[in-house]
Amino acid sequence: MNRTYELVFIVRPDLVDDEADKLVTGLETAATGSGATLRKTERLGRRRLAYRVRGFREGNYVLFDLETQGPEPIGELQRRLRISEPVIKFLAVRTDELEKRVEKNRRHREARLARRPAPAAPSAPESVAGEHAEPPAAV
Amino acid sequence: MNDGKRTPGSGGSASRGSSGGPKKPFLRRRKVCKFCVERVDKIDYKDYRMLQQFVAERGKIVPRRISGTCTQHQRRLTRAIKQARQIALLPFAAEL
Repeated sequence: MNRTYELVFIVRPDLVDDEADKLVTGLETAATGSGATLRKTERLGRRRLAYRVRGFREGNYVLFDLETQGPEPIGELQRRLRISEPVIKFLAVRTDELEKRVEKNRRHREARLARRPAPAAPSAPESVAGEHAEPPAAV
Repeated sequence: MNDGKRTPGSGGSASRGSSGGPKKPFLRRRKVCKFCVERVDKIDYKDYRMLQQFVAERGKIVPRRISGTCTQHQRRLTRAIKQARQIALLPFAAEL
C-alpha cells in the first residue's frame, strides 16, 4: 500500500536564491534517492511567519508532495532537514488516509446525486401524496 | 446546550421584550456548520486564511458552541489549525 506525504519546510529568508535552489534540488534528489517518488514540488514563496523562528520573522516555504512504499524515506528526509542549517522548520503530514476519505465522500455524494435526479422532481409531491394516502389505508 | 439554557428564560425575555420591541420569544439564529454547508471535505492546514476565521484574536481555537461547526468538522479543523501552528502559519499565542 503506497503512502503519500506532504513535506513542508521553511528555508531561512536571508539565503541567496541560488543557494536556496541548490538546497531544494539537493533535497529532491535525496527524496528520490531514498525511495520516494516526488509527485510535485511547489514553491509557496516568501511568507510571514506567525511567530519568530530562530530570530526570523519570515521564511521561504517549499512543499514536496511525495509517494512512498513505507515510512523510511520520510525518516531519512526529516533527518536531513534537521541537519540542514538553512532549514528553520519543517512538517511532514501523511495524506493518503485523508485523500482516501475525501475520495470516499466524493463517491458517496455522486452516488446519491446519481440516484436522486430521476425521482427528484416527483419525490416531493410523492411524499406528500404518501402522507395523504396513508390515513385512508389505516382507516 | 446554550440555546436550551437561554430559551426557557421566558421571564427574562418578557422584560426584554417590553423594552426592546416585539422579540419576545428571543429566537436565537440557528448556527450551521460552515463546512457542511459548503460541502468541504478536506480542511487543509496550508489554507491559513480560512483557518483564521476559526481562531480567536489571541490565537485560540474557537469552540464549537460559538462557531457552530459540527463535531466531525471541528475535529478536522482543530487538527488543521494545530498543523498550521507547527509550520508557523498560525500563531500559538498571538501577542497583542
